[in-house]
Amino acid sequence: MSDTAGNGAVLVVGGGISGLTAALEAAEVGNDVFLIEKNSYFGGRVAQLNQYFPKLCPPTCGLEINFKRIKDNRKIRTYTLTTVKSISGGPGNFEVQLETAPRYINSNCTACGDCAQVCTDEIEDAFNFGMGKTKAAYLPHEMAFPRRYVLAKEACSAACLDAVKAACKYNAVELDMQPKTFTLKVSSIIWSTGWNPYDANKITNLNYNSSQAIITNMMMERLAADNGPTRGKIVRPGDNKEPASFAFVQCAGSRDENHLQHCSYICCMATFKHISYIRSQYPDAKIYVFYIDLRTPGKYEHFREKFMADANTTFIKGKVADIVAERDGGVTVVAENAITGAKVHQKVDLCVLATGMEPALGEQGKALGVTMDGNGFVVSSPEKGMMSAGCAKSAVDVYSSGQSSTAAALKAIQIGR
Amino acid sequence: MKKVYGAYLCTGCGIGNVLDVDGLKDAAADAGIAMQDHGCLCGADGRAFIEKDIAEKGVNTIVVCACSPRVMQQEFNFGEQTITVRGNLREHVAWTAGEPKEDGSVDDFLQEMGTDYVRMAVTRAQKTELPVPYTMESISKKILVMGGGIAGLTAAKEAAKAGYAVTLVEKDAQLGGKALGWRKMFPTAYPYSELESPNIQQLIAEVQGDSKITVKTACEVARIGGAPGQFNVTLKAAGAVTEWDAPAKVTADQQDLINKGEVDDPNKGLQKYTLLNPEGEIFGAVVLATGWKPADVSQYEHLGYGKLTNVVTNAEFEKLAKNGKVPARVAFVQSPGGKENDKDFPYCNSVTSMVALKQANYVVEDNPVDGKAYILYQHMRTPGNTELFYKGMQSQDGVFMTKAAVTKVAAAGNGLTVDVEDNLLGENLQLEVDMVVLAAGMVPTTAAENVINLAYRQGPAFLDLDLFDGYADSHFICFPYETRRTGIYTCGGVRKAETMEETIDDATGAALKAIQCIESANRGVAVHPRSGDQTYPDFFFSRCTQCKRCTEECPFGALDDDEKGTPLPNPTRCRRCGTCMGACPERIINFADYSIDMIGSMVKSIEVPDDDEEKLRVAVFVCENDAYPAIDMSGMHRNKINRLVRFIPVRCLGSVNMVWIKDAMSSGMDGALLLGCKYGDDYQCHFVKGSEIATRRMENIGETLGSLGLEPERCGVREIAISDYDKIPAIIDEFVEEIVAMGPNPFKGF
Repeated sequence: MSDTAGNGAVLVVGGGISGLTAALEAAEVGNDVFLIEKNSYFGGRVAQLNQYFPKLCPPTCGLEINFKRIKDNRKIRTYTLTTVKSISGGPGNFEVQLETAPRYINSNCTACGDCAQVCTDEIEDAFNFGMGKTKAAYLPHEMAFPRRYVLAKEACSAACLDAVKAACKYNAVELDMQPKTFTLKVSSIIWSTGWNPYDANKITNLNYNSSQAIITNMMMERLAADNGPTRGKIVRPGDNKEPASFAFVQCAGSRDENHLQHCSYICCMATFKHISYIRSQYPDAKIYVFYIDLRTPGKYEHFREKFMADANTTFIKGKVADIVAERDGGVTVVAENAITGAKVHQKVDLCVLATGMEPALGEQGKALGVTMDGNGFVVSSPEKGMMSAGCAKSAVDVYSSGQSSTAAALKAIQIGR
Repeated sequence: MKKVYGAYLCTGCGIGNVLDVDGLKDAAADAGIAMQDHGCLCGADGRAFIEKDIAEKGVNTIVVCACSPRVMQQEFNFGEQTITVRGNLREHVAWTAGEPKEDGSVDDFLQEMGTDYVRMAVTRAQKTELPVPYTMESISKKILVMGGGIAGLTAAKEAAKAGYAVTLVEKDAQLGGKALGWRKMFPTAYPYSELESPNIQQLIAEVQGDSKITVKTACEVARIGGAPGQFNVTLKAAGAVTEWDAPAKVTADQQDLINKGEVDDPNKGLQKYTLLNPEGEIFGAVVLATGWKPADVSQYEHLGYGKLTNVVTNAEFEKLAKNGKVPARVAFVQSPGGKENDKDFPYCNSVTSMVALKQANYVVEDNPVDGKAYILYQHMRTPGNTELFYKGMQSQDGVFMTKAAVTKVAAAGNGLTVDVEDNLLGENLQLEVDMVVLAAGMVPTTAAENVINLAYRQGPAFLDLDLFDGYADSHFICFPYETRRTGIYTCGGVRKAETMEETIDDATGAALKAIQCIESANRGVAVHPRSGDQTYPDFFFSRCTQCKRCTEECPFGALDDDEKGTPLPNPTRCRRCGTCMGACPERIINFADYSIDMIGSMVKSIEVPDDDEEKLRVAVFVCENDAYPAIDMSGMHRNKINRLVRFIPVRCLGSVNMVWIKDAMSSGMDGALLLGCKYGDDYQCHFVKGSEIATRRMENIGETLGSLGLEPERCGVREIAISDYDKIPAIIDEFVEEIVAMGPNPFKGF
């Protein structure tokens, strides 16, 4: 397939679970699909999750099938480190300018890892939300697709770069790689640009930066993951203390007119999942959950039920007003119990902020002519040839993302016909 | 195709550092194909090296012994008319080796792993044929949509918009379903503040005006026979009883009793399930959108439903509101309270919270002066953008909301009293109201009825829906549309309680899946999860003994059978997992590139030293979906792997035929292990039943071994998640140590 595919070609922007789904569902009907991703790997947010609720199964299992489907399907072309620069034309005849940032490692890479062996410089490990460092020549994670290293050239000394280049037996290190721009002609565009964890620093009363004992729910995923910074051991960042008590602060940023107006859909279930992580490591730890409503509807009620009966877990209806760092490394969570009216001061070793989903496309979307609502979600506009899928469209779980992504694929196919 | 072989060994990525290259080449030659080596086969030069042989020698069957088959697919793709088989010397051998020995010598045990993998790859190539896709004599691209509510109407409209003919079947005399009774709809656009006027009439008009859509009202499906691309569908007047109604499931044992006259035939008077109705309509795929029914809430005695007038369900209140003015004082009870604790009514999902908000709005709208709506909830469930509507309603005059446990509803004069505890106002309350509305759930039609009415050997309904409270759920978080009946995709209320917005996406997605299934059948390829696979099970019927195991075990009901019990395959229903192949005691079910003989020959190609107690051998059959990637990942981590085991990839543990275990044991191997997905209620098996069935089979073969005087524990199964990569070495070591403790297979060398 060439860059100028036949009629009905679909551009999918964002290669997380929603983008992968939309791309594959369209391609398996028979359409040509271009799937682009700004990161150096596909899989998006779900690649960072330890387990899915409610089955507590590894997300890499589903990603593996999707990657296999991509590898087996010649209708899909994938591009990592690639973003949209401009869009012209309209439904049926878009011309999209894209730019691929330099990876500094070309397709000769066999993922043998020799470059990382000799690489002396390190960078902050973004995959693990800055908990720990990674070599500047790195594979983003075990399951990374494409299975190809990345070089953070700007973080490396000249000597380090020389060593990395010399270590590669396959001539894959290309230090003078330049950004590459190219144009695609497509009939329709699916925005599956996903979400970012809401910046906890913006929720000033929660004092996120005041203590390493305050982490976000996505950091909790990485702490619990076997391929995370602690190889799956849930310990307090900084001093590696094994926590004896935990607090969960629900709606950290969500359902709040000063932050995110919407409910982020998954955080209640994520917290129950985190309770299951904690219980598998600390059967007796005290857990306190501060919530407004427990939103575990439908079949998720069964999952909640399992943990509501836990004698060492206390659920307090009340919004957290303050979090105070303590000298022993822990924090005190301050809230008012909405039912009893009592003021609660709960000291814990580790506090998890259930930060919500902020749509990731942001201002750039408007500049590209994407229709976005007042909260930054992408509004599906088939009449404009543009669809949205997954969390770009609204805050949802993976299951619902699968539905809206498959729907977006059909709307895209209709435009080409 | 006349096969011309070429075998290639990559010595890069450490393979050449820890293995004796000449020894590997000798192993390939011994097995029948001469092998050449190259320092980097996946590079441009390496590929040119292979392509030269293709061009000059006509090589069309290629063995690449290099990295895992999960990587470098494009690099080693030499076109559809070429067979390429991969031997995994990198992740499974070289990367598990640890540091090379200082003197440069090669470890015996490691070298034997390498030569065995080379021999297995060569054998596999010798036994692989190019697949010829299964093509149907004729194919229908028409889609059947069952159910004419929002979900069904949307699926029909969207499929038609993509160019496909649709027949929409609705039981009622008119289209529209539940939405016909709505006074207002939830907001569907930012800022999600205003209820919207129902657009159901517009949707109905669009469907009725679409020339690609045939609408049949007061009509239902009697039975669906056939298979994707060729479903033979008998329609009937709603409620009619016909000879073409779907037959009930009759197991093989029950059929024996029926034949002996010991029990009545439940299908008396019905046409046999394998018979295709000559008058039937032919469809390519089906969308199931038969929706939901309001739940019965009369079992909550303290709430008085069914006994007290003016205690109604949300569905009944909506009808009142549609037809006129609603009472001024209304309590909306969201949770039954009592022993149900803080759970919602069953089958609610988050829809009923929104319904209460909408209906509270009717109360204040119809009673601008004295309207009072009380929403008594345990947890308001307005996820995503629906939160914005909830937020707006919080400032609506006359609407009061509190977390509360409702302990009693009682009659008081012309009205009702509602006793409320544990609320946000501090004290126990008694509310005086005119009406109480219970947030009854939405029970999927699949909970109590067959609904899809299949004329299949395995019965008329989806299987095992009790795992999902009766919803037609897939159980796959990542793949919501997959059902256990290929070509039938569900949406709307049968899947879960959904808002209209969700339903529209859901139905559009289901339409896509129906289209995709038809196009896949048309190309002769499999659908999910082996999308694009051109192979399919081929039966050598003359040796079939009618044992019916394949028919009963197929997780997808792909096999019917004739009077005698000989299977009748339906390749377009098949997902290509090979569970039938694993089930068959006569070994007559095979795929072009995956067969009993192939895997058996690979097992036999493993060299088993018969005089060295240090060199025991364990055959490990590995599910290629999760366990195989996990082993690769273990290699990437440079974890060492026990050097007595040999990994043999299989499509699914369900495809493991016990003859392979016998092959392994009779060739002198000392144990056999299966690595596959988790099974049980939270199963992760991509083919639903494969790992569960394999475990059962392995227990049986253990008994067989026992009768031969071998320890049953020589055969084992372990559940592996894809993320277990760092645990795999210990899991395997533990199994091998048990075998070592038992000592060598006493039949070794015979």
